[in-house]
Amino acid sequence: MSSWLDYTINGLIVGNVYALVAVGLALIFGVSRLINFAQGSIYLVGAYIGWVAVVQLHTPLPLTIILVAAAAALVGLIIERFGLRPLQNSVRIAPLLATIGISFVLDQLVMLTFSPNPRALPSQLPDVRFQIGGGTIGPLDLLIAGVGITSALLLFVFLRYSKLGWAVRATAQDRDAAMQMGVDVNRVNQAVFGIAAALGGVSGLLVGMYYNQIDTAMSLQATLKGVVAEVVGGAGNVPGAVIGSLLLGLVESYGVAVFGTSYRNLFAFLLLVVVLVLRPNGLFASARQAPPEPLTGTFIAPSRPVRIPRWVLLVATGIFAVLPFFPVSFYVLQTLINAWLLGMLALSLTLVAGTIGQVSLGHAALLAIGAYTSALLSLTFAVPVGLAIIGGGLMSAALGTALISPSFRLRGHYVSIATLAIGEIVSLVILNWESVTRGPIGISGIPPLSLFGYELVSPISIYWFSFIVMVVLALLQGRLLGSHLGRSFRAIRDDDIAARAYGLSLNRYKSLAFIFGGFAAGVSGGIAAHLYSYINHETFNTQQSILALTVVILGGLGNVVGAILGAVALVGLPEVFRIAAEYRILIYGIVLLLLVRFRPQGLLGTM
Amino acid sequence: MAEQHTTMLSLRGLTRRFGGLTAVDAVDLDLAKGELISIIGPNGAGKTTLFNLVTGLDRPDAGTVHFEGQDITGLSPERLAAEGIARTFQLGRVFGNLSVMDNVLIGAHTRLRAVKPAVPLIGPLLELGLALLRPASVKAEEERLREEVKAILARFGERLLPRIDQPAYSLSYANRRRVEIARALALKPRLLLLDEPTAGMNPTETAEMQGLVAELKGEGLTILLIEHKLEMVMRLSDRVIVMDEGKKIAEGPGEQVRKDPKVIEAYLGHGLTTEQESAA
Repeated sequence: MSSWLDYTINGLIVGNVYALVAVGLALIFGVSRLINFAQGSIYLVGAYIGWVAVVQLHTPLPLTIILVAAAAALVGLIIERFGLRPLQNSVRIAPLLATIGISFVLDQLVMLTFSPNPRALPSQLPDVRFQIGGGTIGPLDLLIAGVGITSALLLFVFLRYSKLGWAVRATAQDRDAAMQMGVDVNRVNQAVFGIAAALGGVSGLLVGMYYNQIDTAMSLQATLKGVVAEVVGGAGNVPGAVIGSLLLGLVESYGVAVFGTSYRNLFAFLLLVVVLVLRPNGLFASARQAPPEPLTGTFIAPSRPVRIPRWVLLVATGIFAVLPFFPVSFYVLQTLINAWLLGMLALSLTLVAGTIGQVSLGHAALLAIGAYTSALLSLTFAVPVGLAIIGGGLMSAALGTALISPSFRLRGHYVSIATLAIGEIVSLVILNWESVTRGPIGISGIPPLSLFGYELVSPISIYWFSFIVMVVLALLQGRLLGSHLGRSFRAIRDDDIAARAYGLSLNRYKSLAFIFGGFAAGVSGGIAAHLYSYINHETFNTQQSILALTVVILGGLGNVVGAILGAVALVGLPEVFRIAAEYRILIYGIVLLLLVRFRPQGLLGTM
Repeated sequence: MAEQHTTMLSLRGLTRRFGGLTAVDAVDLDLAKGELISIIGPNGAGKTTLFNLVTGLDRPDAGTVHFEGQDITGLSPERLAAEGIARTFQLGRVFGNLSVMDNVLIGAHTRLRAVKPAVPLIGPLLELGLALLRPASVKAEEERLREEVKAILARFGERLLPRIDQPAYSLSYANRRRVEIARALALKPRLLLLDEPTAGMNPTETAEMQGLVAELKGEGLTILLIEHKLEMVMRLSDRVIVMDEGKKIAEGPGEQVRKDPKVIEAYLGHGLTTEQESAA
């Protein structure tokens, strides 16, 4: 009995922390219909500023909180002013991608400044526990609850009684009308980003103290949890976000109580997917209300794709095909092998995100499914590697499509959230399903690539193998785009309502796109598994999903040649410039930001 | 239901509420085969909501929709498209990044046979396979539909044919409306719903459009038309239905409706002499 009270208290306290993140997300969604993927990074920044204040400056607790809130708010204002305001009139996908880019840049900057190693963030409160009922509660719990309640009250007073608060609410209800009534929407955005960032930063500080540890992996987790809580409460609904957060905290806490710690996140993401599927407008919205989402058609930058003459493509393919005959170093071949593998993933993602417009942020999960299937088929059932890779592709196509299908009824940013969550779920299932996936130990001793009994061990043979597979997949995809399916996919992307009115079933065609794309990604993952010979649940992570998305946007959404060009550029250029590994993700983030700002249609244009 | 064979579309007590507002309020309507009925009424009268209810984009709170004697209430838009109901949209919903040709080909989607075998369960996978392999039958079907699209575009004179490969987002507003109508015709509809086909068009373009709709009617197509330009309504319609605040307030031949005091009060409040200018 007593432990249940403890789990309840723990759930409510953690829920309070989530609420600080989720309320900021809800405010931002309210005024700008944007899911701010950089919210977790601000939380991370808050935690590290708190560390500097506590450990190096020895500030007293109230001053620490004020310092963190102010510094985080400043970061929020900078993000709003320089990251998002220039994108106000661009396509709907632009701000979403920008916040993803900003989040990567901020996380990497923190990592480069403070190193990726975890640090202890000591709580400045006495370590005592009070007995209440059958459970215990500490001063830090009370502080977190106090900060949560105080912030909620301050926010309530601000929104209800201040003039700027009125403007925020007016903008949230109807942006255009508010503008016509003389509301300075830029100021509203500033206010909202400032408040959201201050809350997020303080939340990071409190979590750091609560677990007495901070590290750079906190960022993505915080964003994910905040988004879950916000969507559960109803996007843009501030009180809903608070209730959603408390609910999430309790669900997680009880889940941990029953199943163990490694299931914590699984419950969070399952809750998200269930809510998105059953009540996409949150628990508190009326069932038939139209979702507060952008209409399609404006989601992707219109452009004329660059037409590349066929002979140029043939010559380029020929050059890469005969490249190993020339005295190139193994290092160059190795780099290009990586580019071809990324190219396959990008082909898959450009079809899904570009051609049919489902911007997936969990695409690495398809790699993981393909890799595990192929590895296990060849290891456990002694299936020849070539067939095992095809098996990985088929499994990825089937299982990936089935897993992603709950998101088929969603639109716009919600698709990105759902796919992100589904990607996390896949990784967590791999971690926990030990009897099949060998859990956290991973799979080692995966047999090397082989074809018809011949092992492909030399870099040249691996180069040719991966290059040929990628070219075949690209040709198939090109053929697909030229068929009625290519036309149907693009019609669904441009306007799903008009598409339905002309008889296009969204489920059928989204499934077909994911089946085709899942196959390419699964094959890429399968090849990777046999190349690496060891994989675990973290081999294919969210960073790879985002890298693939950057490649796809660089090349031009839906553009087959662009996907390959983008992969070669993003894998090759850091090698050419000898950029150290730890700076690469920073560079990718900056590339994404620059693209979104200056060339949203990518190098070769949207198809 | 004792529907006559000549009745194409039949609405009974069709109702849709949004919160406290009743957008469509117990509307009855019968549309005979080959007939053209215009629905007029002030903005916000519920005309477009009525279209959404008939085409499955919205579900009624009460009432029924019958199409050729079959109850189609609440069916999905995909199903209704396959049944032969095509519509255009008030705000022009073309597929921006698709060429004019591809936009109109989407209209013919429900008629694809060779590439879309009607096999249960594995049908979609066969469709994927056929799209990649493209046997002769699939190629022939695609070729035939492309020729058909050109014939449809030719009905708009030189407006669309020279722009057949241009993306729809680059077209003028009027041309987008034409693409929408061409797309609807490619479905070979048995019932065509046109939502303000001449919105934003100048008098010459409007006259062209009026000529086209008259032609379609002459070919025996059954048409439900929402239109604000009264001259066009009077010329084309077999019957006119007037809606106001969700209710049908008058119905009958154009000449009779325009004299109805209720209509004059609700819709033509400023007198009939300004009807030419009411084209907005």
